[in-house]
Amino acid sequence: MPNVSSAGRTIKHKNEGVLALIIINKAGGLIYNRTFAEGLNQLNTNDYLVLAGTFHGVHAITARLNPLKAHQGATPAGTRPEPPSGLEVLETENFRMQCFNTQTGIKFLLFTDTLQTGVNEGTMRRVYELYADYVMKNPFYQLEMPVRCDMFDRKLNSYIREINNSR
Amino acid sequence: MSNLQPTKGSAKEAAGLRYPTNGKTIYHRPLNRTKTAELSGASFAYLFSEMVNYASKKIVSIQDLEKRLNTAGHPLGLKLLDLLLYREPARTQTRPLTIIQLLHFIKLTLWGHLFGRAADGLEKSSDPATPDEYMIIDNEPLVNRYVSVPRNMDQLNCAAFVAGVVEGVCDGAGFPARVTAHTVRQPGEEEGKEMWPGRTVFLLKFAPEVMEREGFLGKG
Repeated sequence: MPNVSSAGRTIKHKNEGVLALIIINKAGGLIYNRTFAEGLNQLNTNDYLVLAGTFHGVHAITARLNPLKAHQGATPAGTRPEPPSGLEVLETENFRMQCFNTQTGIKFLLFTDTLQTGVNEGTMRRVYELYADYVMKNPFYQLEMPVRCDMFDRKLNSYIREINNSR
Repeated sequence: MSNLQPTKGSAKEAAGLRYPTNGKTIYHRPLNRTKTAELSGASFAYLFSEMVNYASKKIVSIQDLEKRLNTAGHPLGLKLLDLLLYREPARTQTRPLTIIQLLHFIKLTLWGHLFGRAADGLEKSSDPATPDEYMIIDNEPLVNRYVSVPRNMDQLNCAAFVAGVVEGVCDGAGFPARVTAHTVRQPGEEEGKEMWPGRTVFLLKFAPEVMEREGFLGKG
């Protein structure tokens, strides 16, 4: 668990909770990115695309790594082993990244502060729900393409603002 | 049950019409049975989304797309007028005779049946040059709940479908009109900070003969 000094705490105080959201499609392409706090370091568009592609690759590798595989018994007949979930959480001194991989292969990356104040599994599910509602039910959205839906932006912003302010 | 059986069931089946095994079709159900029934909002959203998608194939202009949605809603309005009048309590079961009565019927009964609430407003055009124009206002049309219109089509409003339904009701009631849906910002509100970003105004423009008749009725 990284230590947060009291000085660091005061500086960070403004930027707590959810900092950014990235959505990656099943081919590893970036389809959505948004930041939710003031004064964050910004990446340029190209870097975002590289980040999404790299993460997609890393995620695929982590889904296959298993140091204990040899010791596991075979699954009982007629059942299937749980699909590998791959990387779920990445923690550094400065942020925490949570990855949610849907059944359809879309990845939601939520960047939060290290204490992940007010952020939990429910947050991820709610973001997925907003995506399912305001992106998938939008007649003008084309699958696998970048998300440009005003309604989604608006609802996501108000939801994130709500949890960032509620602490 | 046997008396409800279609008499020549097997012959009709051969012609391509299919009957349920118990012989009861939708026409055997009492008309009031689904009066308070509710539908899934999600399935409607997907269905409407596909409708818009279908209507936007091979279109030349946005007006084209709106026209198609309007046409899809029109027969629905014609049929709903009859159904809703039938369901009214017996003493009010007359069809609307004046424009105001018709607009109230649309605002309360039609909106209540389709969307579970009344429309948010009813206005008459304040412009003396267009006395034949009336407006029905909906702050958040149900059909547009999940729809984000892309920037390059910003004059499109998918509530054109609802406009078609309203037009069907007007035509069926003997008040031929042209109904269009427009996204109109509430006066005095900045862009991006509106309380109702999807505020939609349905503009009803009645035919000249309707206005003429209305004038006679007013004198009498």
